[in-house]
Amino acid sequence: MSGELTVVRATTASRLGAVAGVAALTALATVPFWASAGDMRLLVEALTLLALAQMWNLLAGYAGLVSIGQQAFVGIGAYGLYYFGDKVGVHPFLAAGLAGLAAAALAIPTAGLAFRLRGGYFAIGTWVIAEVYHLLAVNTSYLGGGSGVTVGSAAALERGTREDGTYWLALAAGAGAVILVYAVLRSRLGLALTAIRDNEEAAESLGVDLVRAKLVVYVLAGLGCGLAGAVIYLNLLRIQPDAAFTVNWTAYMIFIVVIGGIGTIEGPIVGTAVFFVLRELLSGYGTWYLVALGGVAVVVMLAAPGGLWSLVQRRFDLRLFPVQRRLRLPPAPEREANP
Amino acid sequence: MGSVIELEGVSKSFGSLQALDDLSLQLDEGEALGVVGPNGAGKTTMLSLIAGSLHPDRGRILFCGRDVTRVSPHGHCRLGIARTFQIPRPFGGMTVFENVLVGASFGPAGSDGEAEEIAVGVLADVGLLRKANTLAGSLPLLERKRLELARALAARPRVLLLDEIAGGLTEPEVLELVATIRKVRAASVSLVWIEHIVHALLAVVDRLVALDFGRKIVEGDPQAVMASPEVRSVYLGAGA
Ligand SMILES: Nc1ncnc2c1ncn2[C@@H]1O[C@H](COP(=O)(O)OP(=O)(O)OP(=O)(O)O)[C@@H](O)[C@H]1O
Ligand SMILES: [Mg+2]
Repeated sequence: MSGELTVVRATTASRLGAVAGVAALTALATVPFWASAGDMRLLVEALTLLALAQMWNLLAGYAGLVSIGQQAFVGIGAYGLYYFGDKVGVHPFLAAGLAGLAAAALAIPTAGLAFRLRGGYFAIGTWVIAEVYHLLAVNTSYLGGGSGVTVGSAAALERGTREDGTYWLALAAGAGAVILVYAVLRSRLGLALTAIRDNEEAAESLGVDLVRAKLVVYVLAGLGCGLAGAVIYLNLLRIQPDAAFTVNWTAYMIFIVVIGGIGTIEGPIVGTAVFFVLRELLSGYGTWYLVALGGVAVVVMLAAPGGLWSLVQRRFDLRLFPVQRRLRLPPAPEREANP
Repeated sequence: MGSVIELEGVSKSFGSLQALDDLSLQLDEGEALGVVGPNGAGKTTMLSLIAGSLHPDRGRILFCGRDVTRVSPHGHCRLGIARTFQIPRPFGGMTVFENVLVGASFGPAGSDGEAEEIAVGVLADVGLLRKANTLAGSLPLLERKRLELARALAARPRVLLLDEIAGGLTEPEVLELVATIRKVRAASVSLVWIEHIVHALLAVVDRLVALDFGRKIVEGDPQAVMASPEVRSVYLGAGA
């Protein structure tokens, strides 16, 4: 660099954010030592949903890939856990990791199909492909067929070990997803993705390889959703194909990202918190709970189209994750001569 | 001096609308070519074909003698062809500096530090350095146009394609822009410039081509082309 001009990333808010992040992570890591099993199960759900939402945000919020078929990878993660844990016989915690990798691997041929489609057709296409995976699971008796399977290897673990391990894996998935998205966005790929988010055609005309950037994101999202799916089923133990491959997974991701704020890292975190608060408040009201969720989504979309986080960001110019590159300019010459 | 860009009998239609009809054209190394023509003449379509964002139905496009007809837009950029958009398309959620950094990072390969240096240099050249940390989405029109130019320049093109970069600006702003473009030319970048503001164009280009209904109607010395009966009839709407 030419001396005085430097590129800075961190802001005061981001430094505070880093401290808060480390504190939150430390606190969350100790949860198994003091929380009840019920609270831990709830946190496992929240952390895995956070991971799913971050993945969908990367897909739709940055890479312009509005997938409504991410349940494919949740289901693949679930069955991957069963396959590696019960059929291959590795430790179920390791099986969860392998399931994530398997989902990433399967994302490549899936992209090969889905990327032929554009816009709305891509969205529908991903859903159709997820249904194909669903039907494959239903019709494969080796994987339990339509009635599903119990993850015996995980059920056989000592209960405390299973609950603690599952929780830490969920924390790794949730925090890992945030850190992954953050690292991606700070990199060169992130510059390309942010450009794609704002204007695909302009990005392409400036040398950004759209297909390559999108493929990388799609595979990463496969990894994240697959790992989250495996951890969700470490928690639930019983895999039913209809539930593992339900489009509801993607519906939750969309809800969380849209109300929290699409195209930001903070948004899905805010969205996950709001989603869980609403769910706990309204869980006694049966289907009214879903109506309320839909209502909240509509109100947020109308009142704050950029999501709740956009309100905070606009008002306080707050960025907890410093992905921006700011140029620190040298002082004006007059001031330089006369400090 | 060979030609950097050659269009050979290029046609492009959108449905039943023939936007370009058997157009042949060439651009020499270091040359500045102006393009005029009424609305809908096919000027932007021609530029998009050269930039690779559209592919022709018929005909070939050569870059330095190499067939690039089917090369992707990012491939064109990496070869050294950069464009601006008639309606600016800033990356609204990114800062001005980041916008330019995109051009500097993905055009020709280089280290991140190198790209940053290029971006800073280009911002200084087009007079946007003090706006480096402003969000591009909040820029006024003149600065959006400058940003279009800066981003394209950051990709260090051999051929720069400008689409009505002076349109909508005030007279002093146009003059500033002309000065900037002259500087670019001095760096021996070849230029294709579509512009309705004729005096700006005439201050820069070596040669002029006039399009109408997707065809070339006249081509040659800028003054002569503007004075030609074909162009006069198109612009004045009078019979030649
Ligand atoms: N993507 C598209 N789809 C359909 N029609 C198009 C498309 N792009 C351009 N056209 C049509 O092709 C014709 C040529 O358009 P083009 O944008 O090339 O004109 P132009 O010479 O740049 O005009 P202007 O001076 O208004 O910018 C117009 O009739 C336009 O409506
Ligand atoms: Mg045009």
